[in-house]
Amino acid sequence: MTNELKLDRLLNGKGTQPKKRKIASLDRRKARAGWFFVLPFIIGFILIYLPMVFDSIKMSFNEMKMLPNGGYELIPVGFGNYYEALFEDPNYVQTLVTGLKQLVFDIPAILIFSLFMAVMLNQKMVGRAAFRAILFLPVVISTGVFASNQMSNTLDDYMGSTDGIDDGSGQSSAAEIVSAMDIERLFEGMKIGTELKDYVVTMVNDIFDIVNRSGVQMLIFLAALQSISPAIYESCRIDGATSWETFWKITLPMISPMILVNGVYTVIDSFTSSNNTIMRFIAQKYVEADGQTLSSAMAWMYFLIVILIVAAVAGIFSMFVFYQKRDM
Amino acid sequence: MNIQDTQPKVMRESKNKIRVEFDRTPLIERLKAKFLSVYFLKNVVWYVFRLCLLIGIAYVVLFPFFSQIASSFMGPEDFVDVTVRLIPKHFTLDTYKAVLSELGYWQAFGKTFVLSFSCAVVQMFICSLIGYGFAKFRFRGNNLLFMLVMLTMIIPHQTLQLSMFMTFRYFDVFEIFGFLAGGGITVFGETFLEGVIDITALFPARSKIATIWTEHGLNLCNTYAPLIIMSFTGLAFKNGLYIYMLRQFFTGVPDALEESAYLDGAGTFRTFLQIILPLSVPMMITVFLFAFCWQWTDDFYTTMFFTSTKSILLSKGFIAIPSSLKLEYAGTDLYNMAIRNTCGLVIILPLVILYLFCQNFLVQGIERSGLTAD
Repeated sequence: MTNELKLDRLLNGKGTQPKKRKIASLDRRKARAGWFFVLPFIIGFILIYLPMVFDSIKMSFNEMKMLPNGGYELIPVGFGNYYEALFEDPNYVQTLVTGLKQLVFDIPAILIFSLFMAVMLNQKMVGRAAFRAILFLPVVISTGVFASNQMSNTLDDYMGSTDGIDDGSGQSSAAEIVSAMDIERLFEGMKIGTELKDYVVTMVNDIFDIVNRSGVQMLIFLAALQSISPAIYESCRIDGATSWETFWKITLPMISPMILVNGVYTVIDSFTSSNNTIMRFIAQKYVEADGQTLSSAMAWMYFLIVILIVAAVAGIFSMFVFYQKRDM
Repeated sequence: MNIQDTQPKVMRESKNKIRVEFDRTPLIERLKAKFLSVYFLKNVVWYVFRLCLLIGIAYVVLFPFFSQIASSFMGPEDFVDVTVRLIPKHFTLDTYKAVLSELGYWQAFGKTFVLSFSCAVVQMFICSLIGYGFAKFRFRGNNLLFMLVMLTMIIPHQTLQLSMFMTFRYFDVFEIFGFLAGGGITVFGETFLEGVIDITALFPARSKIATIWTEHGLNLCNTYAPLIIMSFTGLAFKNGLYIYMLRQFFTGVPDALEESAYLDGAGTFRTFLQIILPLSVPMMITVFLFAFCWQWTDDFYTTMFFTSTKSILLSKGFIAIPSSLKLEYAGTDLYNMAIRNTCGLVIILPLVILYLFCQNFLVQGIERSGLTAD
């Protein structure tokens, strides 16, 4: 700043004005650049996504009729579709309840398993890269068409079974990895209810499914584990903490934000995956030509439930989340 | 033993070299101290336990592949023979030959590759643009916008299936395409200016444009356009996740890098292209890998948008029994299943190869991302 400018300011009394404007304009320029970067999303959201969502909601209140000249016509039916889904369709509510129950059981299993595997894969050992490669393989492979092909697969059971006689149906009794009997013997001495035992048995038998669905979560946990400073572990070790204590006192709090993220992601992912029971049911309704908008109504009701569960999960987890103060 | 007690013997070998000899603990003592401690034992037990567990889980992951690969080489006789498990007795390549030649594999492969590759490249670029915008720029409403990105991830596309199909079946932006093709403009339920211009008449009647461009807008079914458009706007499958991942990654990139680029006179976009993008190659490859593979194996969008039987992609439609392998006998269920699995295997084979090359980047990209929730 030159002396002349100072003098000018002193004389005119409004000298700070240009300087202020200049800073604001830099900020604004950066803000404009920010808008530019997210512009594709904004355009898509306003022009494609929002109309799509509104159309979908509108359609769930309408009956659709295809016109012979290629257009379509909507006939408003009010809450008719919702009424039909809830009270007239014999399978919807039942599918919804069983599907939700299954998902609620799956989610803790996926979270615990992926955290466990991430901790395992984070340690140094021989063949770590190979194990990582194998365990992340399902992330990219077992999706979509391959997964749905896998669902109806009886051949794996057949190949893994050791039964002699097969009637050609492909059904075999030895498909389970562990049976309830084994677990029962294991838990005999402990006072554990049958529910927990059944839960463990189903979890172990679904291990393939759980491994397949916990790939991304494993990656996210692994990234979080990598970002914990080794200095904390070192000081912990010097203070004489065992690895067990270190896990509960250091690792878990440090990655708790990621548990929240993963929890929400798992809920969303498993609720929206096209292979879960409810989604398949809705997709099947969509394919059945006559009640097309019915599937929209069903899907929106389902979505409302999903939103509630996501909110609940986020609420519960965020109570336990520990945020490390970073600027110290 | 204590070194201070016994003075080590120092011998001068040459001018610059000395040899120190002192009494060492006997080898056996040292080995005992090392291997018979609780610490060592604990480590060994933990190591073995961990190895067993990991091998077990790796087996769980890989077993379906083993059994599918094994069964894909089996002849139909092996499925009625109860003594055959996992090792084919009648080794044959017929299944592969039939699947590759009769189902039009290479054609479908080419189409799927073009679709997946273009979608993945576009998604990678667009998502990193959006993620960068959210990570580095504070503009009004950016948190709200980010919530909207998350919202697009939360609402399953299956919920929007019908309207998504309708959107791209009658694709139109402000009714411009429909108007240009002779349709009217609808304002509050009233239709104006119907049939003012019709530029579709300029194209020959049987050309591709004339068939997809109608007065109701563009019919984008059976083209790659819906998926490409969604990729360009960051709305495609799991793009919310990519944006989130990239945002976290870019947040971890120090601001000083950009500031120095600005000082050198680069604009924001140029800084992004020349400074930030080269830094984030592992992360970009991770996103590319996800986008490519998930688009490749996708069957939701492909079955929705590709309604005609002509444009077969490597999707649900590809998994079928080739006519030369159709057999009628008791064990045919398993054999058919094996053929279906072979179809699945040839679909994912390119992905496995891609994965083997990229998996290093996958872990690297994630590790460097410094994913933290803030």
